Amino acid sequence: MTWTQYLAPLMKGAQITVMISLTSIAFGTVLAFLAGIARTSSNPIISGIAFVYVLLFRGTPLLVQLFWFYYALPLIGVSFDPITTGIMVLSLLTGAFGAEVVRGALMAVPQAQHEAARALNFSKFHTLWHISMPQAIIEMMPAFGNLAVQNLKDTALVSLISIADLTFQAQSLRNITLDSATIYTMTLAGYFIIALGLMLIIRFIEAKLRRGAAFPRSAHS
Amino acid sequence: MMYGYEWDTSSALAFALSILPILGIGLLVTLQAAAVGYAIALVLGLVLALLRRSRYKAISWTVACFTEFVRDTPLLVQLFFLYYVLPDFGIVLPAFMTGALALGLQYSAYTSEVYRGGINAIQRGQWEAATALNLTRLQTYRDIVVPQMIPRIVPALGNYLVSMLKETPVLSVVTVLDMLALANMIGERTFDYLVPLSMVGLIFLPMVLICSALIHLVERALPKSGIPLR
Repeated sequence: MTWTQYLAPLMKGAQITVMISLTSIAFGTVLAFLAGIARTSSNPIISGIAFVYVLLFRGTPLLVQLFWFYYALPLIGVSFDPITTGIMVLSLLTGAFGAEVVRGALMAVPQAQHEAARALNFSKFHTLWHISMPQAIIEMMPAFGNLAVQNLKDTALVSLISIADLTFQAQSLRNITLDSATIYTMTLAGYFIIALGLMLIIRFIEAKLRRGAAFPRSAHS
Repeated sequence: MMYGYEWDTSSALAFALSILPILGIGLLVTLQAAAVGYAIALVLGLVLALLRRSRYKAISWTVACFTEFVRDTPLLVQLFFLYYVLPDFGIVLPAFMTGALALGLQYSAYTSEVYRGGINAIQRGQWEAATALNLTRLQTYRDIVVPQMIPRIVPALGNYLVSMLKETPVLSVVTVLDMLALANMIGERTFDYLVPLSMVGLIFLPMVLICSALIHLVERALPKSGIPLR
């Protein structure tokens, strides 16, 4: 086999990788906002649950989480197919790391603005939605960009729970052809190209957000 | 039975306790891999950071591209690359060393950015003052740059140590018998994955927390003004 013949199976795997990465980034972002906002809550039960969630997923290795959900969870009667397991675990992990980003950005909003909002009789929700979040969200973007690339790199591990992603396809090809150097170089290049694409998307979103921002970055940092 | 330790599957708790010594052996491998990998990352990262500052565009540009490439591709694929491709070029390393090398390589890309940031944070005036005082390049780095750099880079370097520790289970994929590999083997033989895999998670959690706390302590103990090397 020549390298051009590797392209078709690798492309098929790359599609799965992109699908899993984008889906888990989307779910992970939602989780990150939920847990990040929950962490700043004054209700100890809500902030406690968020704290434990973030602690568990940030404090243990991804591969252990993945195997735990794939091999151990079915033993207590809860089982999902591999793709669902992969997306679920990656979303939970990205959400846990993202929650710290959201929390940090929310806490960086100056206290005086909270006081001003209270003086103007804003509700808690209004303060969060109209005052804190619009400023915080722009500050989160660079960190979320890093998390997105980290998420993409982490998707390679789902090949170990039998999902036919880019890494899995590379492994199968290598097992047939033993042409390791070519196949893995192409695979690494594939991930690099996807990562560049991901970074472009994040830049685009950041530019969009910044254009609509009430305050340019320099005004409050 | 594994490494001479019998397991007791009469209850979940008894099972968990009986496999602890086996997982302990794996933990040792995990810690060794992280230690060797981190040492490689610290040294190689510094080399990359210095090369990046080279006055020759060809060198600094190549190093910049290499670092970016390594940073944006998965550790698992890099590991496979080293594990399968190095022997094709006559370099046959034990799986453990290949794994530690892959960890070190990936994290050297991160640490090089930390060093670079640390060096760049030294104000221009200090470089000029060093030149004005006729200090050699070595003296400038040893007496001016590095002492001020250390307190600034320790927090970031520490965070990478913790994340590297959490990535070591990936080495189990290339037959390194770390904690996760042993837990999987116990799972295969007893048909109970729940206890061994949960145990691995439960061992990692306090380890990561203690490590983070220690780094925080070191960070606070370091004088902000810098550490003289002589």
